[in-house]
Amino acid sequence: MYHTKTLSELSTMLEAGEVTSVQLTEHFLQRIKEYDSQLNSFITVTAEQALSAAAEADKKRKAGNAGPLTGIPFAHKDIFCTKGVKTTCGSKMLHNFESPYDATVVEKLQQAGVVMLGKTNMDEFAMGSSNETSFYGNVKNPWDTKAVPGGSSGGSASSVAARLTPASTGTDTGGSIRQPASLCGITGLKPTYGRVSRYGMIAFASSLDQAGPMAQSAEDCALLLNAMSGFDPKDSTSLEKDVPDYTADLNNPLDGLRIGLPKEYFGEGLSTGTNEIVQKAIEEYKSMGAEIIDISLPNTHLAVPVYYVVAPAECSSNLSRFDGVRFGHRCENPKDLEDLYKRSRGEGFGEEVKRRIMIGTYALSAGYYDAYYIKAQQLRRMISDDFTKAFEKVDVIMGPSSPETAFNIGEKSNDPISMYLSDIYTIAVNLAGLPGMSVPAGFSENMPVGLQIIANHFDESRLLNAAHQYQQKTDWHKQIPEQFK
Amino acid sequence: MEWETVIGLEIHTQLRTKSKIFSSASTAFGAEPNTQACAVDLGLPGVLPVVNAEAIRMATKFGLATGSAICKHSVFARKNYFYPDSPKGYQISQMELPIVGEGAIDIELEDGTKKTIGITRAHLEEDAGKSLHEDYQGMTGIDLNRAGTPLLEIVSEPDMRSAKEAVAYMKKIHSLVQYIEISDGNMAESSFRCDANVSVRPKGQKEYGTRAELKNINSFRFVERAINLEIERQIDVIEDGGKVVQETRLYDADKHETRSMRSKEEANDYRYFPDPDLLPVVFDDAYIEEIRKTLPELPDEKTARFVSDLGLSEYDAGILTASRELADFFEAVIGQSVDAKLTANWIIGDVSARLNKEDLTIAECPVSSKLLAGMLKRIEDNTISGKIAKDVFNGMWNGEGDADTVIDKKGLKQITDDSAIEAIIDEVIANSPDQLEQYRSGKDKLFGYFVGQVMKASQGKANPAQVNQMLKDKLS
Repeated sequence: MYHTKTLSELSTMLEAGEVTSVQLTEHFLQRIKEYDSQLNSFITVTAEQALSAAAEADKKRKAGNAGPLTGIPFAHKDIFCTKGVKTTCGSKMLHNFESPYDATVVEKLQQAGVVMLGKTNMDEFAMGSSNETSFYGNVKNPWDTKAVPGGSSGGSASSVAARLTPASTGTDTGGSIRQPASLCGITGLKPTYGRVSRYGMIAFASSLDQAGPMAQSAEDCALLLNAMSGFDPKDSTSLEKDVPDYTADLNNPLDGLRIGLPKEYFGEGLSTGTNEIVQKAIEEYKSMGAEIIDISLPNTHLAVPVYYVVAPAECSSNLSRFDGVRFGHRCENPKDLEDLYKRSRGEGFGEEVKRRIMIGTYALSAGYYDAYYIKAQQLRRMISDDFTKAFEKVDVIMGPSSPETAFNIGEKSNDPISMYLSDIYTIAVNLAGLPGMSVPAGFSENMPVGLQIIANHFDESRLLNAAHQYQQKTDWHKQIPEQFK
Repeated sequence: MEWETVIGLEIHTQLRTKSKIFSSASTAFGAEPNTQACAVDLGLPGVLPVVNAEAIRMATKFGLATGSAICKHSVFARKNYFYPDSPKGYQISQMELPIVGEGAIDIELEDGTKKTIGITRAHLEEDAGKSLHEDYQGMTGIDLNRAGTPLLEIVSEPDMRSAKEAVAYMKKIHSLVQYIEISDGNMAESSFRCDANVSVRPKGQKEYGTRAELKNINSFRFVERAINLEIERQIDVIEDGGKVVQETRLYDADKHETRSMRSKEEANDYRYFPDPDLLPVVFDDAYIEEIRKTLPELPDEKTARFVSDLGLSEYDAGILTASRELADFFEAVIGQSVDAKLTANWIIGDVSARLNKEDLTIAECPVSSKLLAGMLKRIEDNTISGKIAKDVFNGMWNGEGDADTVIDKKGLKQITDDSAIEAIIDEVIANSPDQLEQYRSGKDKLFGYFVGQVMKASQGKANPAQVNQMLKDKLS
């Protein structure tokens, strides 16, 4: 059936006239209807708009104006503003917010012809690693519905893993694409900071946030990245740099590829099962002609503490606009301005968001700013320098995406520190602004394990090439959980 | 005890860019509420600021005009505070690395001496919206049209020692920003306003006293009044054995008082940090030089030139260069080959008096520089006298045409023909036998009587110099 096909395969079928976009859209809408009650991966399903967009796409294809993504059913993480459609960011604060404009990513993908099926569930304001902080309830992992899908792009990961959509967008601030991709057994790519516009993507931590594709294969990610990338005059932090065709290098041989293995990514805290799978994947790369080089990223241990100063500091300011004045949740009968602020925000934000706003406010306060924020920025530079040095010797860095497979719902929700540590291998990549991927590499006790691949700035082509070649030799990315086949 | 006042000003001047500092919405004044506020100005989820290059250019221009350090690497920072007319919950401003660093400007004191006032810095920031308290019973309306309008905040050193000095400084900056065309300086529309930091100390003491900040004053008159009130208040407090507390105060023009808004303890912790949505503003010397080329002649340079090249007095030159419009008007007149001193006298005298009387600016003057030049030429070529010129000026003001037309129509042409003047003189002498006798017997004062009679008989048109000379000959 259609849902067992990758996006790239569906694209070929559409082009060959073997299927129409309307047929595909109906099929995936039907699957959402049938299965999503078990997963809770969607917040909003836009069936009607999807069907009319699909009909449009079919017309376009008939007229000979189709690109590779024309008519492909698709889902957006609910962090992206979509015109006329509810955009909640997983929060009660925005339960009633309908965006008057489209995010640049949404616009670009729409221009490329994708058909939006709906908006996927996520941790509230992208703050979380398990999708348990969503106002819309936690999302379940299709491989074991007692387990979390990871976060914050948990809805996107879960829906792609269960093949309720061929692909979706995600955003990654500290691992929010790669960790859920790993936990759900799909392929996710966080591009270089500045590669994809942040305009219309509700900000969590502006200097770290980056949007990327979450799909079944590296090839799918390449097609999507082609459409998503590029300079946006509306985002000063997007880079004026040409977008290469990310599918062009997919088939390059990996002979002589220098893979760095940072010893810090294989130490204490890494589960045995995950380690075994990652080692096997490395063996596979060796067999493809890659050269394995042991490296060190000595400041790795600083990444989580630095992140938990920088990200909350930025979020404490970014989330100030949610004040109950112009949009979003407003408390009933405020007695004065202060009451309006306090209750609207108190009621609208969940616990984890409040925790981070408070941490960030503290870190930026007079008397603490130098000790926390400035110090964190200095350490951030050191973490970044580790990578710069490493990339003098290697082409890509590999390791686990997450220290362990998906944990159970509720297992860590009362222990923020242990929750934060589940992003220990992904966070440094955001701090350094590098591109990173998670690629399915096998199963440990029946739960997916992701291999993380990190490349130098703007070296997404190499990343995708390495992932694609691995996926030509393995079929981990083709696995579908039994009950969603 | 004798007290000394110490004043520093923070002037907010709105830059005259077409669009806002971080969005493409228009900055035009007076539109219906919230019609000039786009998604970025409303602070909608997901929007991002993009800096307006024109605002950067204008700030740089100000820095160059005041000889200030230009920071080739400046950074936008967020100033965090909650207020309904601040849509993002923070204002984008500059904190540690402002675009303009230290500089200075000279002001002229009442006794004619010059004083240099230091400029600490000038930084770019966005204006907030407006809270509307009228018309909304029990509620507050928010108008975000002004939100995101570019402001240049110019911070002075605490170099001023009286309200008058503060006003002189404010006027100087006001004139300058208009000279270099970065602001319309419209104070009624709040395009130019200031906060004044005021403290007093016993004369001779080195340390500053505790200061109070007077917020948002938008007229020269109010600045002077508010500061004087505040000085009196602080001296009273201290002389009564109290202590001045550091606080923000509001000047109420209607009640003629300043009152406390918030104390230092209640002051916000703004939690400034670099805005991660904006890159540092970086430019090179070539950019600075390019902007330097666009600088017009500045007021002080112009004054010096008027004195040295045109022979004007320092005082006259100062008045003419106080505003760019006035200086331009003056130069447009003398550009038509009219004597500079004559032009200066007329502009500073009759033209300014009439403008003041009618409450008009030089830009609104009904007598154009061309019309005025045409009239002054007729004075120079003796077609009319200076006195008759006043009638001609009135005629031109009332739209009766150019000087020649008015002179023709009203028959104001000066009589310069010797025989015609002689005829009038002879008639006056013939009609004044008594006066003639008295004059000849030594009553010199009566000379004036004869001049007056001749002028009267000629309806003021006889050339006064000729009348004088000829009368002298006739009467001797």
